[in-house]
Amino acid sequence: MALTGLDIFKLLPKTNCGECGTPTCLAFAMKLAQGQAELTLCPYVSDEAKAQLASAAAPPMRAVTVGVGDSAFTVGEETVLFRHDKTFVNPAAFGASIDSGASDGEIDAAIAACKAADFERVQQRLRCGFLAVRSTGDAARFAEVASKVAAADVPVVLVTEDPAHAEAALGAIASSKPLLHAATESNADAMIELAKKHSVPLAIRAKGLEALSALTEKAADAGLTDLVIDSAPTTAGEALRDHVFARRAALNQKFAPLGYPVITFPAEISGGDQMLETVYATADLLKYGSIIVLSSAEAWQMLPLLVARQNIYTDPQRPMQAEAKIYEIGTPGPDAPFVVTTNFSLTYFIVSSEIETAKVPMYLGIVESEGLSVLTAWAAGKFVPERIAKFVNDSGIAEKVSHRDVIIPGAVAQISGELKEELDGWNVVVGPYEAADLGAFVKKRAS
Amino acid sequence: MAYNNPTESPSGAIREVTLGSSANPVVVGGETSLPFYLFEGAMPHKPKVAMEVFDAAPEGWPEALTDAIGDVLGDPVAWAKANVEKHGADMICVVLASTDPNGADASAESAAATVRAIVDAVDVPVVVYGSGNAEKDTEVLKKVAETVTDERLAIGPATEDNYKPITAAALGYGHVVIAETPIDVNMAKQLNILMTQLGLDADRILIDPSVGAVGYGLEYAYTVMERLRLAALNQNDGMTQMPMIVTIGREAWRAKEARATEEEEPAWGDAAKRGVMWEASTAISLVMSGADVLVMRHPEAVRLVKTAIDGLASQ
Ligand code: SF4
Repeated sequence: MALTGLDIFKLLPKTNCGECGTPTCLAFAMKLAQGQAELTLCPYVSDEAKAQLASAAAPPMRAVTVGVGDSAFTVGEETVLFRHDKTFVNPAAFGASIDSGASDGEIDAAIAACKAADFERVQQRLRCGFLAVRSTGDAARFAEVASKVAAADVPVVLVTEDPAHAEAALGAIASSKPLLHAATESNADAMIELAKKHSVPLAIRAKGLEALSALTEKAADAGLTDLVIDSAPTTAGEALRDHVFARRAALNQKFAPLGYPVITFPAEISGGDQMLETVYATADLLKYGSIIVLSSAEAWQMLPLLVARQNIYTDPQRPMQAEAKIYEIGTPGPDAPFVVTTNFSLTYFIVSSEIETAKVPMYLGIVESEGLSVLTAWAAGKFVPERIAKFVNDSGIAEKVSHRDVIIPGAVAQISGELKEELDGWNVVVGPYEAADLGAFVKKRAS
Repeated sequence: MAYNNPTESPSGAIREVTLGSSANPVVVGGETSLPFYLFEGAMPHKPKVAMEVFDAAPEGWPEALTDAIGDVLGDPVAWAKANVEKHGADMICVVLASTDPNGADASAESAAATVRAIVDAVDVPVVVYGSGNAEKDTEVLKKVAETVTDERLAIGPATEDNYKPITAAALGYGHVVIAETPIDVNMAKQLNILMTQLGLDADRILIDPSVGAVGYGLEYAYTVMERLRLAALNQNDGMTQMPMIVTIGREAWRAKEARATEEEEPAWGDAAKRGVMWEASTAISLVMSGADVLVMRHPEAVRLVKTAIDGLASQ
C-alpha cells in the first residue's frame, strides 16, 4: 500500500532545515505522499529511508512483456480489484496452443488460425496474442516448432518442465523473448538459471499460493523480475479463489511474491469441452487472469473473448467512441435510407445491429458527440443542429443518395425544425425512439 | 515473507426470495459473499436458470437457435415442458411478447390463460415478463397475478412508470415483483424504496438492472451489478440486498455476432457455436457480478452455464 505523509515523515531527518524548498519536514512529507515533490530534493535523507521509500513506490504488480516488435504484448501492472475504482491497465492476452509432436501441416494450420483471429472493433485491433508450444516430442523437435512460430512473428509461450527441452528451444528463439512455462518445485533451479541466461520471462507453477510464493521468492532472489504465476488450479472455483487471493495479497498487502501477472490454462479444467473452456476463459478474464492459453484460436471462440476483454478493460468513466463517419450497412443503393446518431460506441453497435437484423440496407451517419448517448449528448450540446448539419454537409452523403431525407433519433424530435433550417435542401424525418423499431419504421415509410 | 490467505468478512447478506408452489419452492439469493467467494462467505442457493418460453412463436430468430429449440416454438406449454424435462431449467420465464400493442396486441385474458397453462404443466417456479409496454403490462400482469393465486410468481418488469399498479397486484395475490431500472445503482435503490413504501416486503423484490450482452454494454451491467453487490455486502445497504434477475437470452441474441451466418461473416467462424458462446459468456460474466436468476434461451448455453456454476462452486 502507498505510504501516507505521516509514514514518510517518520523516515525524514525532522530538522526542518528547509533546504528542500519546503519549510518543514512534515510539509515536505505531505508533498511526497501526493507526488508533488521528489525525494532527491532533501540532501539529508538516509540510504535506509531511501530504500524503504523506493520499495513503497514500486508498482504492486510487475509488468511483463512477451515477444518483440509489433506483435509483443505486455500484461500486469494492475492497480485495482474492481474496474469501477480505476480502469484495468494492460488487457489480458488470449492465445492458442499446439503440441510439438503435431505434424508440420497441423502446426502451419495453428499459426494460420492465430493470424486469422484478428478483428477490428471500435477502432481497436483485437487479435490472438500468442501461441503456446507444448513439448510432446524430443527437444530438437520442440526447438524446431518454436522457431517456426517465432519466425511467423507470433509471440511464443514455451511449455515444458524439462530443462533440456527448454534449453534447446531457448537456444533457438531466446531473442524473440518467449515466455518459459514453467519452473516448478522439481526443476526450479535449472529453469531459473535458463531464464536468467537467456533473459526471458519465466512462469512459476506450483499448486497453491504458499508453494507458489516460495518459488517466486527464490526466482526474485536469483535476480529475476519478469515472472508470471500459475497456481495450477484443478477446478474453476480453485482458479477464482487463487486469483482473488493473489491479487488481494499483491495490491492490498503489498505482498511482493504474488505481485505478478497470472497465466491460466482453462482447458485443464474443462474435460475436453472446448465450449466450456471458453466459458472458463471468460471467468479468468473477469477475475484476474492476464495470459489465457486456449486450446485453439478458432474464431467462434476468440471473438466473444476478445470483445468481452475490450468491454472489461475500457475506462469506466469514459465511454468508448465509434469513428465519426458514414457507415454503409448492408449494400445501400442511392435510394437507401440515411440515419444519423451519436458516436457512443454502444449506440453505434445497437443501431447498426438493428439495421442488419431488419435486413434493410442503410447509410448510418455517426456524428462526433464525445461518446455520449443520444439524450445525454443533446443535453450536453454535443448532438445539436449545427453539429449534425456540419457532419451531413462534410460527409459526402449527398453524392451517395438520390433523396434528401435524413432520419434523426426520435429522442431528439425537438431539434427537427432547427436542423431543417441549418440543412439547406434536406428534409428532416423524426425516426423511432428505440433503435429496435428502426427496421419497421423505414419499411413502413417505403410502403 | 509468509503468505496468509487475504480473506475479508463482508457484514451484509443478500435477501432470500422464495418462488413457486408451497410443495416445490425454490429459493434464490442468500449470499454472504461476492459470487463464489466461498472462502469468506456462503452461497446457500446457486444461481438459477429460468429458460424462456414465448407466448407466440417468435419471429426473426437465427436458425442456430430455432433448430436447437425445435418444433415446440409455437406451443408454449410443450416448450416449457421441454425446457424443464429435457434441458434442466430451474424455472420457466414466460415472455408475453404477443401482448405488445404495437404487435399482435393479444388480450390480458389470453396471456393469463397461457401463464395458467404453463404453471399447471411444470412443477418449477414461473417468472412472467410482459412486453415492456408500461401501460399494457399493467393490465396484463394484473390479470396474470389474479389468475394464478396458488403459486408465487415473479412478475415484471415494474418500472418507474408502472410500479404502483404492478406492486398492488403482487401484494394482493402474494407474488414477487421484478423491479427494472436502466443500468444505474441509485435508480435501482430508489425503485426498491418506492416499492417497499407501498407495503411490499423487501424479500418480494428482484432487481432487473437492464443488462447488455458482450459487446453491447456488458461492461456497464457488470460494473453496476458489482457495485450493487458490494453495497449490499460491505455497506449492508438494505435497499440493494435484493437478488438480481438478468435477461440474457434477449440481449445476447440481439447481437450481430450471435446472429450472423457464416456466409455473412466468414471470418467469425462456426455460427452455431458462436451464438451459443455469445449467450454463455454473457451469462457467466453476469453470474460473476452477482446475478441470481438467469433468463436464458439456448439449451446448449444453459448446459454450459450450469456446468460452469458447479465448477465455480467447487473449491
Ligand atoms: S531538506 Fe530534508 S531535513 Fe530539511 S526540511 Fe526538507 S525534508 Fe526536512
